[in-house]
Amino acid sequence: MTILTVLILAAIALLLRLTFRLRGRGWALLIASLLAIFWLQPSMPIRNLDFWLPVLTLFLTLFAWEITASPEERLSDHNLATLAIIAGVILCVGLTRYLSVTGILTPSQPPPTWQVLAGIVLLAGLFFAMRSAKKTIPALLWIGFTLILGFFMLLKLPGLAGLTSSGLHLLMGQSTTNASALDIRWLGFSYVAFRLIHTIRDRQSGRLPQVSLQEYFIYVIFFPSFTAGPIDRIERFITDLRQPVPMTSEDLGEGAKRLAVGLFKKFVVADTLGLIALSATNASQVQGAGWTWLLLYAFTFQIYFDFSGYTDVAIGMARWLGFRLPENFNHPYLKPNLTLFWNNWHITLTQWFRAYFFNPVTRAFRSAEKPINPVFILLVTQLGTMLLIGLWHGITWNFAAWGLWHGLGLFLQNRWSNWVRPHLTTLEGRPVPKALLTGLGILLTFHYVALGWVWFALPTIHLSLTVFGKLFGG
Amino acid sequence: MNAKFIRNTLVKTAILLLAFLMVLGFVNFTPSISRLSIYNHLVPGRVRLPYGDTPSRSYNLTVSNLDMMLASHLISSGKKPADEYRVILLGDSSIWGFLLKPEDTLAGQLNSMNLRTQDGKHIVFYNLGYPTLSVIKDYLILEKSLSYQPDLIIWSVTLESLAEKNALQSPMIQPADLQRLSTQFGFPYSTDQNQDPVLASLTHARITLSDWYRLQMYGFMWAATGKDQDYPLNPTPAQRDLEADSSFEGCPEGSFPCVQALYDVLKTGVQSTLGTPIWIVNEPMLVSSGLNSDTRYNFYYPRWVYDQYRSDMAAMAHDAGWTYLDLWNLVPENEFTNSAIHLSPTGEKLMADSVAAQIEAYLHH
Repeated sequence: MTILTVLILAAIALLLRLTFRLRGRGWALLIASLLAIFWLQPSMPIRNLDFWLPVLTLFLTLFAWEITASPEERLSDHNLATLAIIAGVILCVGLTRYLSVTGILTPSQPPPTWQVLAGIVLLAGLFFAMRSAKKTIPALLWIGFTLILGFFMLLKLPGLAGLTSSGLHLLMGQSTTNASALDIRWLGFSYVAFRLIHTIRDRQSGRLPQVSLQEYFIYVIFFPSFTAGPIDRIERFITDLRQPVPMTSEDLGEGAKRLAVGLFKKFVVADTLGLIALSATNASQVQGAGWTWLLLYAFTFQIYFDFSGYTDVAIGMARWLGFRLPENFNHPYLKPNLTLFWNNWHITLTQWFRAYFFNPVTRAFRSAEKPINPVFILLVTQLGTMLLIGLWHGITWNFAAWGLWHGLGLFLQNRWSNWVRPHLTTLEGRPVPKALLTGLGILLTFHYVALGWVWFALPTIHLSLTVFGKLFGG
Repeated sequence: MNAKFIRNTLVKTAILLLAFLMVLGFVNFTPSISRLSIYNHLVPGRVRLPYGDTPSRSYNLTVSNLDMMLASHLISSGKKPADEYRVILLGDSSIWGFLLKPEDTLAGQLNSMNLRTQDGKHIVFYNLGYPTLSVIKDYLILEKSLSYQPDLIIWSVTLESLAEKNALQSPMIQPADLQRLSTQFGFPYSTDQNQDPVLASLTHARITLSDWYRLQMYGFMWAATGKDQDYPLNPTPAQRDLEADSSFEGCPEGSFPCVQALYDVLKTGVQSTLGTPIWIVNEPMLVSSGLNSDTRYNFYYPRWVYDQYRSDMAAMAHDAGWTYLDLWNLVPENEFTNSAIHLSPTGEKLMADSVAAQIEAYLHH
């Protein structure tokens, strides 16, 4: 997102808040978010894909709502109005093809109107086909879950993404000569997938609250957090949606402050550090350990300021709209151990994985008939969780290595903490040695995390090992 | 929240923004900031002037302020050492070293020869070439370079750099320079009368700040990698088969009006060095043996115009008593890279040998 895009979205957020207090607020938020997902979608070399991917997001969201909503909720007439609004927005965006040959809301000209209408008919067909179902079908929940994972694999596995790109090129009558995995850039899909899986899994466990189609759509494609989170929980989100935080001068000021801080972090600090941050290009060119460390430190801070800057922008914008989105970062580089680092880095993501992977797997191990060594359970669950977090960024060896690096780090730190805890009682009442120990912990944790970014920033294991060699004077 | 609060916030924001813009527009901080540099302090100075269209790959960028450029150059690293004989090289992209690593440029090759004067001074060559064909741009660098106490200046030119149409085509030529130089040399120049001076100043201040900031940041990458240019894997080779066209810059064969005015810049430049010896070099160019090479030497020059230019330059140098090196056909055709004036490392070596021999002869007699 450019600074101009952020400012326009922020202005829209403020305008919506000042215009719609409660009445009409849901519709306004829905329409704004629907338009935003078309507008924010980047251009791609595959014809019309910049139109169809947002539409596919809407299909997936509708399907997920259909399979998670209760039969009574599905039958509510209010949802018909929501469907009409969604269809209307898709049609309006599609009709902009007659206003410009280069695209107004979409990066390129939308597809022919008959294709758009066919898409709308399919969407409505999906809605009505499942509307009258008398109960929630458990198999459909698993189908939805698998479908989302399938799309995830299509996007994140380079080989599969390359094949999909070639297939889509052929489908659109384009040459496949230059087709590549990078051609498919589905904006916001990762975060949409997290939200959808969250609702599906909560429906399976019976914890999902009743939400209307309108509320569900606003939750999934809420424009301030659509591209980079935070990943809110639906039960918390709808509280703000149904009863917005009052618009006080403090809220306005706090929102503005978060926006300003976010813009500064992203467009001044992170973008500046980006000029010198470790990358696939400069990793093989850098000479000397000192400069290699400088590039690594630059990357370490760039990724933090970039991501936390976007989070600040999302939180600030949401605040203006009357939502208090959850925090995603809390000074993670100042934490004295790796567990605390992960409790304070991309907080909503780690909480998501804890809720939907770490805790259930740990419970499953512990309830096994034959007792399993708790240390082994910890090792497997830590490695598994962090491996999945790594692979969420892309299914490559380097992201896997990054995940395992942290999984192993968390396990070792847990063992170390257990061993050293009894010895630390001697430090009670001695603030200086305690502070020194905390300082040492911060330094070690920071450098462990920084070294982990070598896997994350570079595309191959070989290049990462070369950089490790340079960092330690090899 | 009430309307009064929003109004007050908006008014205060507008006042602060206006104040900031006024400071930026009215206070001329360009001279001060241009000389402020991390180069030669936190990171080593660059061995050639900053230039680059792909900063993220070359760790270099094109900036428009000559003082800022010079502050980032190795030549600004401090006082000239007592045992140094300082030679400054001026010219276009062939001297700057397009597609060449720093050690393969003319300055790099000459420095690697470790030449010394008779009294044992180390001869150090500084690359102040810059990739645009403009004798005006060379003249501006020459003016500034005199403050670095050169013992010898070698100014490399070609006919295209003397052509009037190229004279102003360099990012470092600022409106103030244009006005001064157009008056001095009498070439046509018009300012944009419609542009608001405050807006122009504001834009200029913003560009200067942005250029300065990025140039400093890329200093770290320069220090970390020693890289200051993006080298394409397969550059398009210079054209060898040529058009059957004998005109030059719109001048039909037999006429030669196009470059007359700018010989004055060259002459004035030579006279401006206040006693510092200056040599003029007619730089090597590709002499094609391809299609229509009987009409043209290369992409740039039909034979008739270039022969005329060489003859005029030789006569002018003779009349003025210049030291003039005509190296036009020194480098064989196969030692040019992507242009008729861009040399390969071997081509630069040939030129370096020739210049070094001339320096040896000059210093020992």
